[in-house]
Amino acid sequence: MIEFTFWDIARNLLLAARWTVLLSIVAFTGGAIVGVAILLARISKRNWLRRGAQYYIGLFQGTPLLMQLFLLFFGLPLLGFRIEAWTAAVLGLTLCASAFLAEIWRGGVQSLPDGQWDAGSSLGLHYFAQLRLVILPQAFAITRAPTVGFLVQLIKSTALTSIIGFEELVRTSNAINNATFEPFTVYGLVALIYFVLCYPLTRYTKKLELRTAQR
Amino acid sequence: MGYALDFGWLNDALGMIASGAAMTVFLIVVTSVAGTLLSIFGAIGRRSRHAILRKLVAGYVELIRNTPFLVQLFFIFFGLPRLGIRLDPVAAAILAMTLNMAAYSTEIVGAGLDAVHKGQTEAAKALGLRPRIIFIKIILPQALKVIFPALTSQIVIMMLESAVVSQIAVRELTYEADMLQARTFRAFETYFIVTLVYLGLSIALRRLLYAAGRRSIAGGMA
Repeated sequence: MIEFTFWDIARNLLLAARWTVLLSIVAFTGGAIVGVAILLARISKRNWLRRGAQYYIGLFQGTPLLMQLFLLFFGLPLLGFRIEAWTAAVLGLTLCASAFLAEIWRGGVQSLPDGQWDAGSSLGLHYFAQLRLVILPQAFAITRAPTVGFLVQLIKSTALTSIIGFEELVRTSNAINNATFEPFTVYGLVALIYFVLCYPLTRYTKKLELRTAQR
Repeated sequence: MGYALDFGWLNDALGMIASGAAMTVFLIVVTSVAGTLLSIFGAIGRRSRHAILRKLVAGYVELIRNTPFLVQLFFIFFGLPRLGIRLDPVAAAILAMTLNMAAYSTEIVGAGLDAVHKGQTEAAKALGLRPRIIFIKIILPQALKVIFPALTSQIVIMMLESAVVSQIAVRELTYEADMLQARTFRAFETYFIVTLVYLGLSIALRRLLYAAGRRSIAGGMA
């Protein structure tokens, strides 16, 4: 039997944490891109687009992420796509993130006074120029705190992708635990790694919130 | 080759799905009550005169809020037996969910307590009420009224997150789905149905809490 020292365990966990970080970054970026599209639909003047975006957001916020991952993982092959755990994980987290981000940013857009839109159109800007130059920059600025807060939530959510077989931090820790029978150390370390990833972002969120409150 | 969706298994599976859903509901009811109660103490501790207590509660809240629920669950279920604390899956799930819920709602309840105007305490003191009575009868009901929507959201989020406890073999909705799909080989259809059940549960839970909150809290208590 191979003996694992504490440092062997820690090193392997840290190596696995790279996948957690990578998955978080990819999903957040993808989620932001898709999220803007959902946001545009959510604040569109067309009723059916608004309604559609509302259902999309409600669907992702009203069902467990684990089920969303399972449905993608087992559903996409039925449509003829070859799919691996990584693909399902990225896709699932991206879609879920897009719903949450769109809802956060919608709050930002709707908190702006109508005068901002009016001022934009009085400058002769068309709808998308108003959005790009006037509305969205302000909406993103107002909602920076909840957006970063959601990133923390997303990092923690990547843990669920271990269940569909993606080799990130938690899945690696399960394997290490099975080999070492040191669950207290292993899961303690895993918690610590997540904490180190998330806590600075949480602190940053707090700072942003305070700054907004002072204004 | 096309794939034909098949829901023929559903009739025989209704019992399993129902019992799984019942377990999920049971977990969330226990967790909501215990978690909210605990978070009231947490919020009081956060505002205590003793710096140690304040730091302790703050540390607990940050620790829970910055680590995934799944890891907390594994730590409690697999890690604690090392310290001689052995819990069966349901107890471990309830403990993990309650601790998780309490950390989030400590912040929520705290915000509610801060939102109650100081004059309320002063007025109650002027009437000669004891501090404990002031807190229970005057401050807390008003705070709960303010935070009820946020608390409702937190309970729904916790319910959705409880899908994870299937991983330590608690026989709730997701666990039953895993069993079903292993038996029927209809993974997509199974998870599709179960996702709909979750969606229904979360909508129903939100409506129910909303209605209950409006009646009991906005009405007489305060």
